[in-house]
Amino acid sequence: MALQYVGLNEINGPLVVLDNVTNAFYDEVVEIRLENGTSRMGRVVEITGRRVVLQVFEGTKGLSLENTRTRFTGHPMEMPLSGDLLGRVFSGAGKPIDALGEIYAEKSADINGKPLNPVSREYPRNYIRTGISAIDALMTLIRGQKLPIFSGSGLSHNKLAVQIVRQAQISEDSGEDFAIVFAAMGVKNDVADYFRKSFEESGVLQKVVMFLNLSNDPIIERILTPRCALTVAEYLAYEKNMHILVILTDMTSYAEAVREFSSSKGEIPGRKGFPGYLYSDLASIYERAGIINTAKGSVTQIPILTMPNDDITHPVPDLTGYITEGQIVLDRNLDQTGVYPSISILPSLSRLMKDGIGEGYTRIDHNDVSNQLFASYAKVQDARALAQVIGEDELSPTDKAFMKFGLLFEQHFVAQRPDENRTIEETLDLGWSLLSTLPRESLDRVNEQMLNEHYDENAAEKFS
Amino acid sequence: MNTVYGINGPVVKVKDTKDFSMMEKVFVGNKRLIGEVISITSDETTIQVYESTTGLKPGEPVIGSKAPMSVVLGPGIISNIFDGIERPLRSLETLTGAFIAEGTTVAVLETDRKWNVTLTVKQGDYLTGGQIYATCPETEVVEHRCLLHPDLKGEVIKVSPDGEYTVNDVICVIKDSLGEEHELTLKHEWPIKQPRPFVSRRPINTPLITGQRVIDTILPIAKGGTAAIPGGFGTGKTMTQHQLAKWCDADIIVYIGCGERGNEMTQVLEEFSGLIDPRTNKPLTARTVLIANTSNMPVAAREASIYTGITLAEYYRDMGYHIAIMADSTSRWAEALREISGRLEEMPAEEGFPAYLPSRLSEFYERAGYVDTFSGNAGSVTIIGAVSPQGSDFSEPVTQNTKRFVRCFWELDKSLAYARHYPAINWNDSYSEYADDLAEYYIDNVNMDFMKYRQQISNILHEESKLMEIVKLIGSDVLPEDQKLVMEIAAVVRTGFLQQNAYHKDDTYVPLDKQFRMMNSILFLYSQCKFALSEGVMVSDITKSGLFDRVIKMKYDIPNDKPEMFHTLEAEIETTLKGLKPE
Repeated sequence: MALQYVGLNEINGPLVVLDNVTNAFYDEVVEIRLENGTSRMGRVVEITGRRVVLQVFEGTKGLSLENTRTRFTGHPMEMPLSGDLLGRVFSGAGKPIDALGEIYAEKSADINGKPLNPVSREYPRNYIRTGISAIDALMTLIRGQKLPIFSGSGLSHNKLAVQIVRQAQISEDSGEDFAIVFAAMGVKNDVADYFRKSFEESGVLQKVVMFLNLSNDPIIERILTPRCALTVAEYLAYEKNMHILVILTDMTSYAEAVREFSSSKGEIPGRKGFPGYLYSDLASIYERAGIINTAKGSVTQIPILTMPNDDITHPVPDLTGYITEGQIVLDRNLDQTGVYPSISILPSLSRLMKDGIGEGYTRIDHNDVSNQLFASYAKVQDARALAQVIGEDELSPTDKAFMKFGLLFEQHFVAQRPDENRTIEETLDLGWSLLSTLPRESLDRVNEQMLNEHYDENAAEKFS
Repeated sequence: MNTVYGINGPVVKVKDTKDFSMMEKVFVGNKRLIGEVISITSDETTIQVYESTTGLKPGEPVIGSKAPMSVVLGPGIISNIFDGIERPLRSLETLTGAFIAEGTTVAVLETDRKWNVTLTVKQGDYLTGGQIYATCPETEVVEHRCLLHPDLKGEVIKVSPDGEYTVNDVICVIKDSLGEEHELTLKHEWPIKQPRPFVSRRPINTPLITGQRVIDTILPIAKGGTAAIPGGFGTGKTMTQHQLAKWCDADIIVYIGCGERGNEMTQVLEEFSGLIDPRTNKPLTARTVLIANTSNMPVAAREASIYTGITLAEYYRDMGYHIAIMADSTSRWAEALREISGRLEEMPAEEGFPAYLPSRLSEFYERAGYVDTFSGNAGSVTIIGAVSPQGSDFSEPVTQNTKRFVRCFWELDKSLAYARHYPAINWNDSYSEYADDLAEYYIDNVNMDFMKYRQQISNILHEESKLMEIVKLIGSDVLPEDQKLVMEIAAVVRTGFLQQNAYHKDDTYVPLDKQFRMMNSILFLYSQCKFALSEGVMVSDITKSGLFDRVIKMKYDIPNDKPEMFHTLEAEIETTLKGLKPE
C-alpha cells in the first residue's frame, strides 16, 4: 500500500502544494481523495526538496487544506491502449465516459510520448485526396503531414474538417485500416455533437476514437487531451499499422489553458501572456505526426484553431504556422460572399506538397497548374487594389481579364458543395479551363508544351 | 555525494555543494541524464538537463565530469547525423528504436570502423597546437586531417606506421616541455562554448558562390561572412537554406536543424543522398554533416545544438576547409535561451528574452571568419542563420539584434512568397555589405562589367518601385512610354532573373558566367527597346510580339553549358524590334 498524505499545505488555482513528501518523482501522477469519496487526478509539476507542487486536473473546487488524502501512484500519466479503443468516447483526461466500462488494456504508455528520431522517419509522399479542389490542387494534403486549419469564430472550419474526413476516407487507396482520432478541447457541446453526428452519417463512427473536453470541462484536463489522443493515434498507427487522421479542435482553447496554468504557477509571461515555452509545448503535440520506417501506419494531423480577432499574427496561429507543414487559412470576406469552403488561397500552403504530386502521384502538370494559379490569383489582388482606387472601368484590358478570372476562380474552383467530391483530373482540368480565360502570354509559369496541350481558347464559354 | 534537490522542467537544483564549476558537464539521476551547470551560488547549484526529466526524484545522484560540455572531433563526423549534444542518431536508433529514450549513451564516433591513416610526422618533429599529424580519407571528397589539440605541444617521440586504425588507437606519442607524454589518437575533444583558436583573420574578398542569382549578383555573401534570412512562416527560409546547402561552393556544409520540423530533417537526409555535387560528382552527403534537434526534442539540447554545430565547423576550418553553416532557425535557439532563463526566474528584457540575448548572438556570429589556421592552411566558416520573427514582425528582438551582427540581410517577403516568387528575397529591403569587398573578385573572375551591370539592374528595380507608387494610384496606362518600358523591363528582371526555379534542372544552379550573360541580355533588351521607342514603336507592340516573354524564358531555354545561345537571343531581340518599326 502506497503512502498517503493527509491534507494539503497550499491551494492556488489548479495548483496544490504538499510538504514533507519523500520519493515523489517529476511528472508522477497522484490521486487525491476527498472526504466525500470522490477522487481527482493530479500530476507533479515541481519539486523542491520535500516540497511538491501538484497540478489537479479536475480543478481544486471543494478542496481544503484538511479534507484530502493524496496517494502517489508511482507512474507518469499513462493512457491504457488496446485495439478495442475504436468507437469509444473518453474524457479529456482519457477516462471512458461512454458507459461501456473500462478499457481492457494490452499495454499503457506515457502520454507525453518520446521524441521521434529524425532518422527513423519516413518522408511523407503519399497524397490524400480530399475531393476539395482548392486543397487537392493548391495545398495538397499528404499522409503523415500536419496541416492546420486557421479559422475564425463563425467560419465553416468544422464543416470543412468533416468534409475532408468523409471524402478522404473513401478515396481509393485508404483501405480498411483507416481510423480517426478526434480530440475536442474547449469546444461547445453543439460542435462535439455536430462531429459525432457527421461521423455517424458517413458511417465511420465505429472507426473513431473521441476525446471530449468541452468548454465547461476543467481547463487543466485540456492540457492532457491532445496528448492522450496522440498516444492512442501513435499506438494505432505504429503498432496496429493503421492510417490515422487526428483532428484537434480548438488549439486556441488549448493554448489558453496552457497560459492559465502557467500564470497560476507564477511563470514569466511572454507575448500576450502566453508562456515562453508555448512553442516547445505546441511542437511536442504537432511533431507527433508522421510515418516511421518500421510500421505501415501513419499519423496525419488536422489541428483546427480559431484566430482571435482573425489575426494571423496572434501567438497561437503564428507559432503553429512555424511548426506545422503549411496551413489552410479561411477567409471571412469569401465566406460572406457565400463561397464554401472559404479558403483564402494566397496565405495557404502545403509544404510537403511538392514531393507528393506530379507524375506517379497525381498528374504530370499538377505543379505547373498550381504555380500558375497562385501567380495569377496574386495578380488578381493587385488588379482589385487598383480597381478600388481608379474604378474598374479604367483598368487596362489585361487587368480586366484578371478581375474576371478572380471572380470565376472563386466561384467555380474554390467554391464547391459540401458533398461534392471532385477527382484530381476534374480539379486540374478545371484549373486549366480557368487559366485559359486569361491571355495566353500572361501565363508565365508554364512552358510552351504544357500550354499547347492544355490551353483552350474557348474556355471562357464554359463559364458564361 | 551530491543529489538532486529540486526539479522544474529541464532545470534541476543541487543543494549545498562546492564541487561543480560553471559550464561543467554533469550526469543527473539514476538514468545518467546529461546536463550542464548554468549557475552556482553558495547554497545552490543549477543544472540544465538536456533530456526529459520525467521520472527524476530528489535524492538521485548528480555526478560531475570535471570538464565542460564538449564535442568529440575526429573522422566519421561528415555524412553523419547528430542530435544537439552530438549523439549520433543512427546509433540511437539501433539502440532504442524509433523513439529516443532518455539516458542513452552512445559513442560519438564509430569505435570499430578502421580508417586508412597516413602519418605526416616523424620521430623528432616538434608539433604545436593545431598542427596536422595524420590524415585519412573520411568520405569520397573530404580528407580528414588529424589536428593536435590546440592546448598541446611537444616533440614526437613515437610514431606508428601508416595503416588501418580505429579512432581510439594510439598512433603517435608526444612529449611536452614538462616531460609529460601525451598519446594521440585520431580524435580529440573541445568545449563547445569556446571558439577554437587561429593565427589571424584574413580580409574578406572571396564570394561564397551559391548559384542563386538574387544572392550572387544582387546580395552577395563572402566566404567567412555572416548572413541572416528572416521571414515569416511559409516564406521559404528552409527552402532557401536547402538550396544554399546543396549548391554553394563550400567544401563542407554543417546543417543545423535547431528546433525545426522532423520531416524537414528526413527530407534533407533523403534528398542530399540522392543529389550529386556538380563540382565533385559525388553525393552531397559526402560533404554534409547534419545536426538535428527538432522542436519536440529537449529544449536545453536545442540551445547546445548551435554551439555543437559551430565547433564542428571550426574544427574542419582548422584543417583548411571552407565551411558553410546553415542554422535553421536561430529564433528557436533564442527561444530556448528564453525558456531556460524563465525557469531560472531571471529578470527578462524585451518580450521575455533574457538581457544577454544580444551578447549570445554576437558571440555566435563572431565565430565566422576567413582565417589563417595553425595547420598552415587558410580556412573559413560562413554562417547563414534563418530567423523566424514572431508574428512576421521584423522589429522583434531576435531579428533586430541579429541585424546588428550580420553583414548580409536577406529579408523574405510574404507577398512574393504568396505569388510563388522564389527565392522570396525582397530586393528593396535586403542588403549586403560585402558587395564592395567582393567587387574585385567579380571584375577579375567573371567580367569587368559585372559590377556596372549589377548597378544598372538595381537601378531598374529601384525605378520600378518608385513608379509603382504612381501606378498604385492611377494605373499603368497613363504612364509615358519610356516609363512603361521601365515597368516592363523591371518585370523581366523580376521574373526572368531574380525568380529562380529550384526544381528545374538548369535553373536550380546557375554559374556566375551565365548570370552575367543574362544581365547582359536584359540590359541589351532595354537599350534596344529604348532605341525602338525613339523610332516610334509602342511598348504595347513589343509586349504583343512576345519578346519580353522570350527573354524571361531564357533561364529555361538556354542550358547552362551553352552560353553561345545568348548571341542567338540577342540577334532575335534586334530583328524582332526592327520588324516592329512603323513604316
